[in-house]
Amino acid sequence: MATAAAQESLFRRPTATTGWWSWVTTVDHKKIGILYCATAITFFVIGGIQALAIRTQLAVPNGTTLTAETYNQFFTMHGLTMIFLVVMPLGVGIMNYMAPLMIGARDVAFPRINAFSYWVFLLGGLFLYSSFFLGGAPDGGWFGYAPLSTELPGNGMTFYSLGLQILGVASLLGAVNFIVTILNMRAPGMTLMRMPVFIWMTLVTAFLLLFAMPVIAVALFELMFDRVYNANFFNPATGGDPVLWQHLFWLFGHPEVYIMILPAMGIVSDVLPTFSRKPIFGYAAIVFAGIAIGFMGWGVWAHHMFAVGLGPVANSAFALSTMFIAVPTGVKIFNWLGTMWKGDLHFDTPMLFAIGFVSMFIIGGLSGVTHAIVPHDAQQTDTYYIVAHFHYVLFGGAIFGLFAGMYYWWPKVFGKLLSEGLGKIHFWLMFIGFNLAFGPMHILGLEGMPRRTYTYPDGMGWNLWNLVSTVGAFIIAVSIAVFLVNAVLTKRKGREAGADPWDGRTLEWSIPSPAPEYNFAEIPIVKARDDFWHRKYVVKPDEQVTPVVAGGAVAAHEDEDDPGHGIHLPAPSFLPAMAAPGLPIMAYGVIYSWPLIVLGGLLLLLALFAWVLEPSEVDH
Amino acid sequence: MAKTRPAYSRNFTKRAVRGALVLLLVLIATACASSEDVPQSSLEPAGEFARAPDVLWNITLAIAAVVFVLVQGALVFTLIRFRHKEGRKAAQFHGNTKVEVALTVVPALILAGLAIPTVGTIFDLQGDPAEDVMRVEVIAHQFWWEFVYPDEGVTTANELHIPVDQEVVLELQGAATDAVDGNAEVVHSFWIPRLAGTQDVVPGHTNFLRISADDPGEFKGQCKEFCGLSHANMRVVAFSHTQEDFDSWVEEQTAPAAENASGDAGTGQEVFNEPLNVRSTVVEGGADQYACASCHSVQPGPEAQPRIGPNLTHFASRTTFAGATFENNAANLAAWLRDPHGVRPGSKMPALDLSEDQINNIVAYLQSLE
Repeated sequence: MATAAAQESLFRRPTATTGWWSWVTTVDHKKIGILYCATAITFFVIGGIQALAIRTQLAVPNGTTLTAETYNQFFTMHGLTMIFLVVMPLGVGIMNYMAPLMIGARDVAFPRINAFSYWVFLLGGLFLYSSFFLGGAPDGGWFGYAPLSTELPGNGMTFYSLGLQILGVASLLGAVNFIVTILNMRAPGMTLMRMPVFIWMTLVTAFLLLFAMPVIAVALFELMFDRVYNANFFNPATGGDPVLWQHLFWLFGHPEVYIMILPAMGIVSDVLPTFSRKPIFGYAAIVFAGIAIGFMGWGVWAHHMFAVGLGPVANSAFALSTMFIAVPTGVKIFNWLGTMWKGDLHFDTPMLFAIGFVSMFIIGGLSGVTHAIVPHDAQQTDTYYIVAHFHYVLFGGAIFGLFAGMYYWWPKVFGKLLSEGLGKIHFWLMFIGFNLAFGPMHILGLEGMPRRTYTYPDGMGWNLWNLVSTVGAFIIAVSIAVFLVNAVLTKRKGREAGADPWDGRTLEWSIPSPAPEYNFAEIPIVKARDDFWHRKYVVKPDEQVTPVVAGGAVAAHEDEDDPGHGIHLPAPSFLPAMAAPGLPIMAYGVIYSWPLIVLGGLLLLLALFAWVLEPSEVDH
Repeated sequence: MAKTRPAYSRNFTKRAVRGALVLLLVLIATACASSEDVPQSSLEPAGEFARAPDVLWNITLAIAAVVFVLVQGALVFTLIRFRHKEGRKAAQFHGNTKVEVALTVVPALILAGLAIPTVGTIFDLQGDPAEDVMRVEVIAHQFWWEFVYPDEGVTTANELHIPVDQEVVLELQGAATDAVDGNAEVVHSFWIPRLAGTQDVVPGHTNFLRISADDPGEFKGQCKEFCGLSHANMRVVAFSHTQEDFDSWVEEQTAPAAENASGDAGTGQEVFNEPLNVRSTVVEGGADQYACASCHSVQPGPEAQPRIGPNLTHFASRTTFAGATFENNAANLAAWLRDPHGVRPGSKMPALDLSEDQINNIVAYLQSLE
């Protein structure tokens, strides 16, 4: 039977579970999650180096570190890298590893598509970066405003239009995968309102991706046609309109902000209760606030366009929607405070990063409200005030939240605890460096310094704060170095974590660390929100918490005979990694020579045919 | 899983917090003591159209500051009050409906309170300007500003002159194509923070921006929408004058250009009109030869042609040149003519094959154009 199945397929399914080949063929959500995170951290370092170069250039007036050309490429690639190659995939990586564990599943719904998403993401990133060696990187800003983006010479912005389309494919597939996984593969008893907040936020994020990516795809497609095939979507001389690009871009771009921040909010909503030894405050409110943000996020895009001249009625409408999206955001902040209130707060490193997130997000949220004051937004827009604001949200917010997640779940992934001492040094250096780097930018912006300028003259009153900001940027760099050292040292001689080092509340802590390949030897039956915690403790009516005497507190053990026997797991496959290169090959074809489009298309098509015909089981 | 934190980590945390606070205080003290001049600050409005947003800003900042202190204060208090101690038991409540409703409603009310003056000011600032106010057409180019005063008959570049104490309407015309290379023009944004907030100049659209200045003075600004290589070098200066001074400025600007029959300036005028070889250009498909006069007019007024580069009729009356990037003096002009793309990347002015003598002559000529 097995041979018959094998004959039907083009390839036998690979079987290796260790060694580098196993990483290429893996469809295990945990390995894919690690790949996502490792790739994202590598890009984080690269994007960070660009940031340091930018800050060095701006440390003093009339800087000479970078030419205008390089500066424009660096700030564009810094933005693209941090958004599409760091914050998004880091969130996706953590979702990938943790989501199935937290809902009691053995894998995601579509394991091969999951692997395909990763390879497409990696190759999309490499495709974008290859532009540096092929005549120059994108240099029209991550927002790529037309007609500048259609008129800039060289292939930089063509790489932009194609690279983001490739990355969009990865995001769309990931979104479908997570929606189906979360809706269909939860363990018995895990009702929607028993899901960890992180899972809820992952679900909302996936829906946002599903609807936002097609919008940017349309815009990028039009940009590509304008650039490569002389179309005129955005050329006013032939009836096109530059404002069309802005609407399409921000209709994607604002939900994108929530795509980046919601996973971090979810992480923090799971970290705070664990280290406060308390259930989350107002679970329903925090979930509905997340959903409300997901919906309202579609109605605020034109607040990026208050200076375009849309007229007072449109500007007023978007001012109101922008103000009121602050309400659900505020609800979350108050709920996080409520979670810590009367808790027993343990300041381990994940908790520090989560608190840092809350604290910095308060600042980013408040400065966000000030943008809704349209008449004054006309002063703030396109200045360093905006740069300050969104770094408080996306670095002080998303990145701090993602680091909270990494410190929190590192022991589950690698079986060892990151060093607390180095972790705390990392946190404090990053916290101080971050505030030094981005705090002064509020002042610089209000004092009239526009963003995206490669130089500024002396005598504008901007010298001191620019220098301070640069010092802060280098302190952040040191903190990241401490993190990397911590990761390496932990691998060599880290403390063994055990299954449940933080006294966790959710299902992932009920299984051994690192998580076994099959996740759960037996699929758990969920009886409550924070199910694992309720297996460990009993709460008496007077709120006294008592450990369960026998049985419950013990995590599932691997010492059962023949663990994982008879568990059906998806077999590894060559095909995701074989199909993915088709997309960048097609993209190079658009730029250089059309036969490559055919070649890439054929590769993709053939790999997908083989994919369909692949047997679902390994030969036994 | 009660864990006691090691002493070293407690001390480290304390020291880090204390160090950060000290550093912050030192920085703020330095900033206050240095009292640098900040000529482009939105925080120092100099006319009613910059003051209206500033009033809103001050209200918002005050509210935000209170909220910031309350919420961060609550956070810090919670962290200190409920930090782990031996024997502390965490309460196990799941929420508090009354508190949750209050903390949703109160921010909503504050925001609604903010929304009222915001919407009012939006309509005030973007309302239709009066018919009888002075109008100036603003045309944005890569990377300079062209100002046309249709009623006064003035065309100038990069330096805007207005009379004090009265509303001036800027008509921001987004040209569809770039005058130099015929490609689509890009989006720019006109911004002089002390006179008004920014307004984009969008190709194919016309926007309006109302400005005014209380007193005679000089106000800096610059292009705010990323527009290419020299976006940083697309600056603008506004001068406000008493009505009398403004009238005499108009009179000067509408006069014909100075005549130069002899000397360096005379030779310069000849060079200005001679076709010269192009050494390098950022414009694809440009000609091999250009005269300065191919692009720059030395005739006053809106009808003067060509209008490809800035009108130079009264160039010497300007304090700056090249998108108000450089001070208008002989050394800067010579450097600019020698290597326009070196001093200002992406500039659409071609680098011409000029000898040092020719450069000096052109500079002399330009400086004679009072």
